[in-house]
Amino acid sequence: MGMAESILLTIATAATPLLIAAIGELVVERSGVLNLGVEGMMVMGAVCGFVAAALTGSPWLGVLCGILAGALFSLPFAFLTLNIATNQVATGLSLTLLGLGLSSMIGESFVGSPGVRLPNLFIPGLTELPLVGRLLFGQDPIFYLSILLVFAVTWFLFKTRTGLTLRSVGDNHASAHALGIPVIGYRYGAVLFGGACAGLAGAQLSLVYTPQWVENMTAGRGWIALALVVFASWRPLRVLAGAYLFGAVTIGQLHAQALGLGIPSQLLSSLPYLATIVVLVLISRNRRLTMINTPASLGRAFVPDR
Amino acid sequence: MRLELVKRPQQSTLFAAISPLIALGLTLVAGAIVFAMLGENPFEALYYYFVDPLRELWSLHELAIKAAPLIIIAVGLSVCYLSNNWNIGAEGQFIMGGILGSMLPVLFPTFQGPLVLPLMLLMGLIGGAAYAAIPAILKTRFNTNEILTSLMLVYVAQFFLDWLVRGPWRNPEGNNFPETRRFHPDAVLPELFPADGRANLGIVFAIVAAILVWLLVSRTLKGFEVRVLGASPRAGRFAGFGTTKMVFFAFMLSGALAGLAGISEVSGAIGQLRPTISPGYGFAAIIVAFLGRLNPLGIIAAGFVLALTYLGGEAAQISIGVSDKVARVFQGMLLFFVLGCDTLIHYRIRLVRSALKSDAAAVAKAAEPASEGA
Repeated sequence: MGMAESILLTIATAATPLLIAAIGELVVERSGVLNLGVEGMMVMGAVCGFVAAALTGSPWLGVLCGILAGALFSLPFAFLTLNIATNQVATGLSLTLLGLGLSSMIGESFVGSPGVRLPNLFIPGLTELPLVGRLLFGQDPIFYLSILLVFAVTWFLFKTRTGLTLRSVGDNHASAHALGIPVIGYRYGAVLFGGACAGLAGAQLSLVYTPQWVENMTAGRGWIALALVVFASWRPLRVLAGAYLFGAVTIGQLHAQALGLGIPSQLLSSLPYLATIVVLVLISRNRRLTMINTPASLGRAFVPDR
Repeated sequence: MRLELVKRPQQSTLFAAISPLIALGLTLVAGAIVFAMLGENPFEALYYYFVDPLRELWSLHELAIKAAPLIIIAVGLSVCYLSNNWNIGAEGQFIMGGILGSMLPVLFPTFQGPLVLPLMLLMGLIGGAAYAAIPAILKTRFNTNEILTSLMLVYVAQFFLDWLVRGPWRNPEGNNFPETRRFHPDAVLPELFPADGRANLGIVFAIVAAILVWLLVSRTLKGFEVRVLGASPRAGRFAGFGTTKMVFFAFMLSGALAGLAGISEVSGAIGQLRPTISPGYGFAAIIVAFLGRLNPLGIIAAGFVLALTYLGGEAAQISIGVSDKVARVFQGMLLFFVLGCDTLIHYRIRLVRSALKSDAAAVAKAAEPASEGA
């Protein structure tokens, strides 16, 4: 396998969790809800996925448990913000804090225990093709799922009636409610979907990216995913581009560390976070662009007047 | 069955006072359930968590040591959150305050005397405020979301500290351990009652900061401005209050206080810089701010409660072998319950039996007089 090919492969592996979590959050925000708990749901998905896989020996069950854990863990957020109209920023933040605490408690006895890796796809003939074989036909199943998700979500949001309704809920919940659309129901669906995606992204980390459990192993990826949604101005295909850009930055700095260019490793490690700030600034300085694309009801609590 | 929120005509003063207490009670119940699931006797576990640490004098000193940074940071954050500025990067500002404040004893260890400590504290304030100014500049100048930038800067600060203590600031006589030289006595925050325990001036800073910020918010025009701009930016603009200035004011005040907490922790409880100088105080302080209902005086009490979860975590690990990670679960649940209970201040919660039936009844009732008229 060539150097370039292996770098591209690792970039895809690093970009996939960001992509999945960001796509989930994009749907949540399109429905008008800002869930800052991505990091917490992701780390719960990572720990539950890992533990389930370690106990049963099946990475597939691990993935399933990761998805379920993320979705279940989004429920308290949904109840608080949607049913009893708490502040979404603070509630999301508490979801993240609780998730980080709960995951380190659950995973404590699994630190250092051997992980199970989700097997890569192998199609005789195709996977062995030079250059593109491994890239297109030899990756882990979650990679394919992530690409599928991007197109499925694009189709759902912009080509289906339900998707249109979801966006209308996010743009003006009062009008949507007046039209008889169950605003809270739609938002529950979106938040659960976002939780499931974050859980899947977490499971990818602990079952594919680095098949082991380390406390706080999400390392801010949930927050980067949130930034990606802004970066993408709430468009799924741009999330795809953004996630791969960040995957490239992450892998690039790892290679730079391995080469030992005399740059402090800590500076290189902080590059993905600095890059997040830079792209956020570049995107949001264009006020009109952000104003047009931001779901108008984003982050605002909705209390039906009757 | 369906939940329905009915807006109260006025805020409930009763629930404003007791909602944090209800939240605490609910957290204890949930905590008991967690302990039972871990196979512990819940009452015994809760006792070791929340009562045992309060029984000894030295332990109360430790409580004050943990409460001080939480209170100092949370008091600053309350001004931020009241004015609707979401600074969640206090952890990074704490670290930067600790770093800048440590410059004197680390780089100029021969400079000693009574001037050292005040200068260190001042530099801690400046370090935190300067670091918090970054998200403020980005927010006002480029319209960048301050939640994400302030949080990203936490990671950057952590890496920066790690680089310093492993690289240029490492103790030359320290056998390659990743830590700076120990501070000389003039650079150490004095202990209050050295005979009884370790509690230092930090807790005094905390109380003073809380009282000053309380006066600021409740008794001055600036405080009024904070609350108006937080509740309604539009109304604030009509009143001639500057939004941009407020962003800087809130961020730099909270950053300065977080920096003060950082240098107090480093020069008091630790005595040198290490790769990690905070067990998540910057994030726990967010919980403290909300548990104290964003009121600096309430925050003093809330700070001690959160400090108790840290201490109780350690105590329970030693006495009954429950993981000290449970402390963070407690802290997370506490914030959830606090936010949930705060809804009771603004709304009455009603359980409606069946939405469809009651709606149908209402429609029928509304239609009746109309049909009579026709």
